[in-house]
Amino acid sequence: MCDACGCGDSNVVPVALSERVLAANDRGARHNREHFHDHGVIAVNLMGGPGAGKTAILEASAQALAALGEAEKVGVLAGDLATDHDAARVRAAGILAESITTGSACHLDAEMVHRGLHRLAWRSLDFLFIENVGNLVCPAVYDLGQDANVVALSVTEGEDKPLKYPTMFQKADLVLLTKTDLLPQLPDIDVARIATNLSHVMPKPAMITMSVRTGEGIDQWIQWLHGLKHLRASMRASIVGPV
Amino acid sequence: MHEYSIVQALFDRIQDAARERGAVAVRRVKLRIGEIAGVDVDLLQTAYDLFRVRTICEGAWLDVERVSARWTCPDGHGDIARGHALVCPACARPARLAAGDEIVLEQLDLEVP
Ligand SMILES: Nc1nc2c(ncn2[C@@H]2O[C@H](COP(=O)(O)OP(=O)(O)O)[C@@H](O)[C@H]2O)c(=O)[nH]1
Ligand SMILES: [Mg+2]
Ligand SMILES: [Zn+2]
Ligand SMILES: [Zn+2]
Ligand SMILES: [Zn+2]
Repeated sequence: MCDACGCGDSNVVPVALSERVLAANDRGARHNREHFHDHGVIAVNLMGGPGAGKTAILEASAQALAALGEAEKVGVLAGDLATDHDAARVRAAGILAESITTGSACHLDAEMVHRGLHRLAWRSLDFLFIENVGNLVCPAVYDLGQDANVVALSVTEGEDKPLKYPTMFQKADLVLLTKTDLLPQLPDIDVARIATNLSHVMPKPAMITMSVRTGEGIDQWIQWLHGLKHLRASMRASIVGPV
Repeated sequence: MHEYSIVQALFDRIQDAARERGAVAVRRVKLRIGEIAGVDVDLLQTAYDLFRVRTICEGAWLDVERVSARWTCPDGHGDIARGHALVCPACARPARLAAGDEIVLEQLDLEVP
């Protein structure tokens, strides 16, 4: 008898399914997305390797938004292995933040985010940032219900990272190239080559060069967020139709 | 690694499908995994072999079909050659991913009494 296909064995039935293995997570993500849309909240999934500067971006964003009087319209859920470190840093910078303890998980999933929502007054926000677990592969696989994917990549990580991690960059709406203040110390890193590599993995390549030390790119990033908000508002208006 | 959580999700689904059809064992689990789906197939196999012990999948072979990434023009000008920027050379539109990000449970071969 053939073990592999069960031939000659009349009681083996093939069942065609063609289903996404992560269908349960997809359902959870859809549920989160409905929550966000119902309350006009824009959720941003901030991903990147460990130490890429994700929390630093959120701290700098908190300050920039506070200067515009928009700090109370922004909140953060920070995926953290076991500590409250990142959320505490963001709170110290003046915005609402809670951590999602992930334990040994290498990514956030839709259900973890949903649980996190129960601990954060997110309904009145314009923007909810979700700082994902520091990892350039796994977080990209799980939809959380976000409106946009933003990937932080630091100049110290090397030019080839977009080509090595296409799964993540393919899904990115925006790449924040961080720590550009360090470029003078990194003569081998060519920003133009990073942009070229991005164009080979991102269908609509978009990159902002940024440094929380010099403030480079922060204004552009806040503008990008405001652009996203207006785009979403006009999309919602067109779905509802003219009154 | 998330390969373990993928296998966990897979087993949840297999158990439901087997129960629905009154299966006593699973003989084969056929998956399609895209090149840029973010799944390491060797790790997935390792996770599967750990999980299947003393489950309905104990004797089930994991059959993985790899799917290459394919980017294409949304306006029908054909596929983008590998190693090129993801815009259509004919119309400059951003390419669309036609295949390569799937993590799909394609088929189960179930042993029914
Ligand atoms: N020089 C420099 N260091 C930065 C910058 N942004 C973050 N860092 C440092 O990089 C380290 C990791 O940053 P963090 O925000 O914790 O990264 P995360 O793990 O992605 O959240 C910290 O020591 C930060 O001070 C930057 O723009 N310039
Ligand atoms: Mg952090
Ligand atoms: Zn809910
Ligand atoms: Zn993983
Ligand atoms: Zn075209």
